Amino acid sequence: MGVSTAVVGKEYPATSYEVGLEKIREYANAVGQAEPVHHDRGAARAAGFRDVVAPPMFAVVYSAPALGPAILDPEVGIDFAAMVHGGQEFVWGEPVCAGDEITTRARVREIYQRDDKGFYVFESVSTNQHGDEVVRGTWTNIVRGV
Amino acid sequence: MAALNQGDRIPELRVTPDKYLPHRYAGASGDFNPIHIDEQFARQVGLPRNILHGLWTMAQVARAQTEAAGGDPRALRRLAVQFRGMGVPEEEIVVSGTVRERDGDRVVVATEAHQDGSGIVRNAEAELVLG
Repeated sequence: MGVSTAVVGKEYPATSYEVGLEKIREYANAVGQAEPVHHDRGAARAAGFRDVVAPPMFAVVYSAPALGPAILDPEVGIDFAAMVHGGQEFVWGEPVCAGDEITTRARVREIYQRDDKGFYVFESVSTNQHGDEVVRGTWTNIVRGV
Repeated sequence: MAALNQGDRIPELRVTPDKYLPHRYAGASGDFNPIHIDEQFARQVGLPRNILHGLWTMAQVARAQTEAAGGDPRALRRLAVQFRGMGVPEEEIVVSGTVRERDGDRVVVATEAHQDGSGIVRNAEAELVLG
């Protein structure tokens, strides 16, 4: 038993996500972001954005689909019934606005064991249609009883 | 905008997610894990009831930071959190934080989210750049 580190560094196919104005509004409403820059095109442009701007944590909407195949990868070997989302980090770059086309690539960054817990750490890097980095995510899943 | 000098507390954010919030967040985020939206399923797998999405709670921690910085989403450059325990709907969540360091326009905030006295986001750190 225990964790296998053989897949550290493995990369997964890039996913792409086209950012919709109504999706930003829906997300902003669900998380309680009432600022006009997340809802109104005129307010966003007046504040210097190309279009309605996504709240920072909208990063999960466009980047999570790239993580799915990594977390489900049998070579990684996560036991879902015993998995919890233990930690999350985002480092933001260029703002994401309605109309952007975001590409996200995920890889296995680190796997380690502490006591009977396995730590599976994935990294995602998202870039926009101009090649600018918009967010870098570090996703830590903890599996008990490895 | 809050003062945000070393040792200052950011304004507390208090929010009570209503019963149907996890459903709206599921739709907004695409995370339809039944532990968040199906109370009966959640109980069957040993949870007290359906639980909040951790990333929704993280979004509240993020919102507390951008509000402290005056509402500009560009102010938040980094946020790292650890999820502990489980948040539930229909009970108030309090996000608090203290400025750990300030260097010019760059501010580092130690922050966390509590519900009913226990931490659900712990050891979180946010980096802000004030405009």
